[in-house]
Amino acid sequence: MPTKTEKDAVTGTMTTGHEWDGIKELNTPLPKWWIYVFYATIVWAAAYYVFYPSLPWVRGIAGWSQRGELAEKLAAERERVRPMLERIRAMPIADLQRSAELRDFAFAGGRAAFADNCAPCHGAGGAGAKGGFPALVDDEWIWGGDLAAIQRTITYGVRSGHAETRTSQMPRFGADALLTPAQISDVAEHVLSLSGRSTNAAAAGRGKATYADQCVACHGDTGRGNPEQGGPSLVDQVWLYGSDKASIERSVYLGRGGVMPAWTERLDEATIKMLTLYVHSLGGGR
Amino acid sequence: MAFRHDIIERNVILLAVLTLITVSIGGLVQIIPLFAVETTIERVQGVRPYSPLELAGRNIYIREGCYVCHSQQIRSFRDEAERYGHYSLAAESMYDHPFQWGSKRTGPDLARVGGKYSNEWHVAHLADPRGVVPESVMPPYSFLRERALRADDIAAHLRTNRTVGVPYTEDMIANALADLRAQADPEADTTGLLARYPKAVAGDLDGDPRHLTEMDALVAYLQMLGTLVKFSDYTLKDLQQ
Repeated sequence: MPTKTEKDAVTGTMTTGHEWDGIKELNTPLPKWWIYVFYATIVWAAAYYVFYPSLPWVRGIAGWSQRGELAEKLAAERERVRPMLERIRAMPIADLQRSAELRDFAFAGGRAAFADNCAPCHGAGGAGAKGGFPALVDDEWIWGGDLAAIQRTITYGVRSGHAETRTSQMPRFGADALLTPAQISDVAEHVLSLSGRSTNAAAAGRGKATYADQCVACHGDTGRGNPEQGGPSLVDQVWLYGSDKASIERSVYLGRGGVMPAWTERLDEATIKMLTLYVHSLGGGR
Repeated sequence: MAFRHDIIERNVILLAVLTLITVSIGGLVQIIPLFAVETTIERVQGVRPYSPLELAGRNIYIREGCYVCHSQQIRSFRDEAERYGHYSLAAESMYDHPFQWGSKRTGPDLARVGGKYSNEWHVAHLADPRGVVPESVMPPYSFLRERALRADDIAAHLRTNRTVGVPYTEDMIANALADLRAQADPEADTTGLLARYPKAVAGDLDGDPRHLTEMDALVAYLQMLGTLVKFSDYTLKDLQQ
């Protein structure tokens, strides 16, 4: 119960007038500058409600929106790079390599797009991963390694469901009982022999006939592969699903066929061109 | 002193009335905007309830705590739009109970991961993340390939979602188990499934068509994320709330 305010003898500060059992409370209000800043924030909040979207159904008289601001920023950025992208779009991809200015721009753009979209499967440096994720740093190409072939693969994907997709289907020789387990074992031995790793010449010899019947159409009679059919080379040391005999048998048994999305559905033409140049430069572009 | 608060302190009725008024203001500020929630949901076509297999996958996503590291909310900033794609719409998570937004990311945002990578990649990556992304810190989830998917109660899951407003029809609930099985079976006829749930990703999802596993469900869910709205059909004006 406030009684009367008085000056406290010890501190020289006024009391609030509250007293409990002889204990009095000193009156030490907040600094004036603090109080006025506080009032200013209240006025600021009221003005904010008028100018900016803060209540349902009310947009604010400033007409600002976060989505509008983003659209402006993206448009401004597009406008900034548009001249370069237009030139990249207009120029045949082979000529791009010869223009130092455009090539540098395309490499930088391609590297960014690669890290974002391609690295999860093909690795940050393009080293690929076992299990059907091809390396891009070597000169072995399942679907062709020249600029046009790479551009097409990126644009339409592999078994992507797009109408223009690259596609081929390795039969499931074991799972669909097209070959017996013994034939699969022999043909795997023959495949090993193509890269000089066979340890059983008799089995490899038996597998050769099966290979000639079933495999040559895509992998070629010498096993060098066929980029038209997406048949990988079997004579090198590059293996998507493992190089030991058990892995090869498993591949023959199950049939193989990885999927790559059609990036035309996500990326624009200029970005795909930049990606093509970047991928081509990683190692074995032809 | 101009303001005599001892009047309020000594009159319990006055104290109660003024307290009620103060608390009501606080409550109304939070409650009234909810009546306007429809103004925040953009009118876009294509968003549909989850297919039964996707819903099962979503339940696994939540069970395994994927949301602890992955958000599903692309914010309207340039860096996010450039990396992940179009910013997320409220409409895209209107059938999420609970939603999977967030701002804390250890892994990347997943709001538009659907279709970005192949099924094989998702299986390989979930089973052994560092096998495909050496710098990853994600734990492995290889057991999802081994665990059979519990599907017998899927119709009940659909029905439960319906009670909180997800427009599952009687037809969808009646076909829930059949649709769930058809989506993971490359041999199945998916006409009915795709009519009920357009753009559902069906087929051999986990590389093992003989068994219906939790991996099938999770991959089906991941492969549809962010794919339902066709953004080329809309302008900024349509999406402005």
